[in-house]
Amino acid sequence: MLSKGLKRKREEEEKKEEEGLSVDSWWLDQGHPAAAQTPPPVASSSLFDLSVLKLHHSLRQGEPDLRHLVLVVNTLRRIQESMEPTTSLPPVSMPPTAPSVADSLLASSDAALSASMASLLEDLNHIEDLNQVPQPQADEGPPGRSVGGVPPNLGALDLLGPATGCLLDDGLEGLFEDIDTSMYDSELWVPASEGLKPGPENGPAKEETPELDEAELDYLMDVLVGTQALERPPGPGR
Amino acid sequence: MAGAGGGGCPAGGNDFQWCFSQVKGAIDEDVAEADIISTVEFNYSGDLLATGDKGGRVVIFQREQENKGRTHSRGEYNVYSTFQSHEPEFDYLKSLEIEEKINKIRWLPQQNAAHFLLSTNDKTIKLWKISERDKRAEGYNLKDEDGRLRDPFRITALRVPILKPMDLMVEASPRRIFANAHTYHINSISVNSDHETYLSADDLRINLWHLEITDRSFNIVDIKPANMEELTEVITAAEFHPHQCNVLVYSSSKGTIRLCDMRSSALCDRHAKFFEEPEDPSSRSFFSEIISSISDVKFSHSGRYMMTRDYLSVKVWDLNMEGRPVETHQVHEYLRSKLCSLYENDCIFDKFECCWNGSDSAIMTGSYNNFFRMFDRNTRRDVTLEASRENSKPRACLKPRKVCTGGKRKKDEISVDSLDFNKKILHTAWHPMESIIAVAATNNLYIFQDKIN
Repeated sequence: MLSKGLKRKREEEEKKEEEGLSVDSWWLDQGHPAAAQTPPPVASSSLFDLSVLKLHHSLRQGEPDLRHLVLVVNTLRRIQESMEPTTSLPPVSMPPTAPSVADSLLASSDAALSASMASLLEDLNHIEDLNQVPQPQADEGPPGRSVGGVPPNLGALDLLGPATGCLLDDGLEGLFEDIDTSMYDSELWVPASEGLKPGPENGPAKEETPELDEAELDYLMDVLVGTQALERPPGPGR
Repeated sequence: MAGAGGGGCPAGGNDFQWCFSQVKGAIDEDVAEADIISTVEFNYSGDLLATGDKGGRVVIFQREQENKGRTHSRGEYNVYSTFQSHEPEFDYLKSLEIEEKINKIRWLPQQNAAHFLLSTNDKTIKLWKISERDKRAEGYNLKDEDGRLRDPFRITALRVPILKPMDLMVEASPRRIFANAHTYHINSISVNSDHETYLSADDLRINLWHLEITDRSFNIVDIKPANMEELTEVITAAEFHPHQCNVLVYSSSKGTIRLCDMRSSALCDRHAKFFEEPEDPSSRSFFSEIISSISDVKFSHSGRYMMTRDYLSVKVWDLNMEGRPVETHQVHEYLRSKLCSLYENDCIFDKFECCWNGSDSAIMTGSYNNFFRMFDRNTRRDVTLEASRENSKPRACLKPRKVCTGGKRKKDEISVDSLDFNKKILHTAWHPMESIIAVAATNNLYIFQDKIN
């Protein structure tokens, strides 16, 4: 009766723990005065990760539950907006793929489409997992909520940025040969530095590289939900 | 009359004293997925109670006549008919399996000896006729008792066949199948007060059908954007007005309700009324939209009001006032601080239903831990009750339950952290005239009656 499908370490962890729910205040809207009084949020990024995970899971269904999908995407958008309060974003359009893929899945059941989407989602998941490796404190944690005071990854926005750059440098390019890496080669990306690790003293938003603009964010969302992958012409490796 | 109910029957809460009457369903802990009840509905007289389950089956219970047998039984519900309404299907075009789970059952008003109901899964609506056969004819001229045809030349005398009683047989037969009209998942069906048409609603569209015509339906609401990238809202429930056959309402995932008048245009994309409560800025969060998503909408029997259920509350709206509800009842406000965890385990997406009593003086809805809540609109009192096997002694009164939100837990209170979120009561129904309620708890159906009545 609980979430089905995607198995996550978190679920196993929670089953071992008692069923109790924790009180959260960190998800309160940053703009709200009450939020200033509560401990600064460790992460909208955890919530962002969780929402991305849910989005993936939803899209993987043969026939996604539209209500669930729409609510998750809207929540994701809200979180994304709150993570960059400094940049004034125009109303971010719905991640182009989510419902269009859902709709096209509904309409045409293009097996190749869903297969390539699924493989991209796999890659993204793999990236998330790999991203955890350099942080030994978080090795038991699934992408998302950090344990104790461990600086969490910034979530999906980080995945394709500096961290991925590190992975590339480590010679794991083979993993990404199917993916257009022009994004990572872009000089707009600030290489991994301490400045990007969110300290507990500030909201994660302030640590975001200020060079990120709307187009980059849109691109990120696209990649996350697979549009870019689908629109690219097949590379030489395919 | 204090203490008249005896020990364990407090008069607190409502004026009702709800007592256990019956429970249907298997007892064992291992619940088969197919047995999970997915819809509960009384018919117009309340004599029949239908349930649908995830396995696509419909079970109809009938209330026993009170003058028969024990006088204190006050009419128990016993199985009347069981049939397989929907089977799992495979959509070959999309390579998708279509679930057989019954999403909704709606009865038609009775017009003759037979009973009719509509049942629907995600894609297909079926009209079922449930009829009784308690006589059979004997003494045919042209055939033998065992059915073999008799040779006409051998017949020398004619006889009139006579009707003889037989054991009651209840037959369910599908009379109409309304298919291929919904691309998305059907969440609601509603029979019109004209008794000739009904609506079916999915995530993005609402269709109007005539009960006699299966090969076409009219689309009356379509909120699908030209570009699916712009989709931000879906339809979550829809219902026809109980008396005005041209009026319908539909609710959305953004917590809004639109009332449409079919007389104004063929396509009701433009609403006649728009109901939305302004968001309370002090309780704004990332989950505001999700918890505002309306999971059920029901007109009152009078037709003056409608009730909506969102994640944490039930709201009563006056149809003449669009700006805000006239009543808001908190179902389980103690969950507000747990929303993140509930988002994580997907419970925040649970769709609870709600219902009115026959006189519109009380409303009921479900919660977690097999709790359900009742609100008396006149006395403003509310009560939390539990559907459990432990409280299932015959005619035992239900004791009000209380959830402790913090601090010292009193005896008999249960703390929020101890609630079982797997035991959710999503479907409840109230007898249209009497104080009898049906509560679906996973695979069990509980029937409670008011002792005073």
